[in-house]
Amino acid sequence: MSGPRIGILALQGDVREHARALSDVGARAAEVRRAAELAAVDGLVLPGGESTTIGRLLRVFELLEPLRAAVVAGLPVFGSCAGMILLARDVVDGRPDQPLIGGLDMVVRRNAFGRQVDSFEVDLDVDGVEGPPVHAVFIRAPWVEKAGDAVEVLARVAEAPVAVRQGPLLATAFHPELTGDSRMHRLFVDIVRSSGSGR
Amino acid sequence: MVPDWSEKRRHIMSQGQTAATAGPATDSARHAGTARVKRGMAEMLKGGVIMDVVTAEQARIAEDAGAVAVMALERVPADIRAQGGVARMSDPDMISEIIEALSIPVMAKARIGHFVEAQVLQALGVDYVDESEVLTPADPHHHIDKWSFTVPFVCGATNLGEALRRLAEGAAMIRSKGEAGTGEVSNAVVHMRTIRAEIGRLSTLPAEELYAAAKELRAPVELVTEVARLGRLPVVLFTAGGIATPADAALMMQLGADGVFVGSGIFKSGDPARRARAIVEATTMFNDPDVLVKVSRGLGEAMVGINVAELPPAARYADRGW
Repeated sequence: MSGPRIGILALQGDVREHARALSDVGARAAEVRRAAELAAVDGLVLPGGESTTIGRLLRVFELLEPLRAAVVAGLPVFGSCAGMILLARDVVDGRPDQPLIGGLDMVVRRNAFGRQVDSFEVDLDVDGVEGPPVHAVFIRAPWVEKAGDAVEVLARVAEAPVAVRQGPLLATAFHPELTGDSRMHRLFVDIVRSSGSGR
Repeated sequence: MVPDWSEKRRHIMSQGQTAATAGPATDSARHAGTARVKRGMAEMLKGGVIMDVVTAEQARIAEDAGAVAVMALERVPADIRAQGGVARMSDPDMISEIIEALSIPVMAKARIGHFVEAQVLQALGVDYVDESEVLTPADPHHHIDKWSFTVPFVCGATNLGEALRRLAEGAAMIRSKGEAGTGEVSNAVVHMRTIRAEIGRLSTLPAEELYAAAKELRAPVELVTEVARLGRLPVVLFTAGGIATPADAALMMQLGADGVFVGSGIFKSGDPARRARAIVEATTMFNDPDVLVKVSRGLGEAMVGINVAELPPAARYADRGW
């Protein structure tokens, strides 16, 4: 049996690292730059990168509306860092015109932990991830400022939610793709498998 | 077995390093300024364009166009060439103004070997320091010891040995040098091809020949071994120096660059906002000629170039650094 086909939005960001993590857990990774490519995947990863850049390119290359529609239709999506921002309902400290995909009932604060000199690594307990703590890398990372009741908080740093799930949507403020620990990606692939959207 | 050099170094460097005073509630288990955090920041810039800016107004144009970061400097390389004189780190007021105006990362240049300029830039809160040959070198023998900083560094390289020497000093990102301020892409092409060819050659060598290869490259054998194993640099490799058009950016991406620095090419052209957008879009869709046609139309005048072959040796920035 072959693994699910999981797209990685490849407009900008750390696509290669997500591809490796996905193949480590038996998924088939495919880069997505076009709406037609989006239609061919069972799940989608929104990588780390610059959220304002990715948002602008989503608009330019006419992916924003197809993505919003796919999320509404139940496509499982995992976003890390910039990807978390894109999945939010609203963003604090973003650009006023910054396009978001939405789907997760939350408001995120961009660059919440500070500038690059404040970026850090820390061990985190993440609900739903078995075994030792997840080693989490935060790079100019956001946090969840406000979350609706439907959003399940999986991990926190200093009270702020940094990993969340709502149905088939998963988001982390940190970068599990940078550490070689593929348990977050395994969790996402399990979500994709159980959603069985049969797309 | 060869130890993972970067992790070893990271461990050494983390000894006696205090956690950064980050966020509202600092946690003692947090580690800032690690090799992973520094290199990881560059990973997030991949597929993107970093634009030289000299004012907050230009910085806003760059962010509006979709730049992943800006490089703050006092004069773009084309003006440094035209005006001459000593080129130094920018005025801190200008850098602060740009940091205030933007939400994307801000980089800034320090002179080769000028570790105090780098200290100033770190204290200002810049997100990346470019130890740059475009500025007048401050030390003819030694580059900055970049391990001793929390802020990450990007450095230029013309070949693999030079790239690995910069990594040995703690650089977390490499860019080709190209020939800045010329609008002529040939040197960037040569540097990118050279680095890729040298990596390809290392990958074919039996393990016992890597020691001699390290000697030839004048680089630590641990790094040479790591590159041979990975088949690429252990950090992000951008291109820089002479990129002036969307086609130039796509050319460098097709040659294997992870992303693009554009210096004088944008703000020395006829319609900077439009050209900036076009270069961003060409960098994303570098393999799609239909997009490249579309974004290359109606850009107005490109910067007036200088043929690199006509530059006297003393005017070649790529030869600075060792």
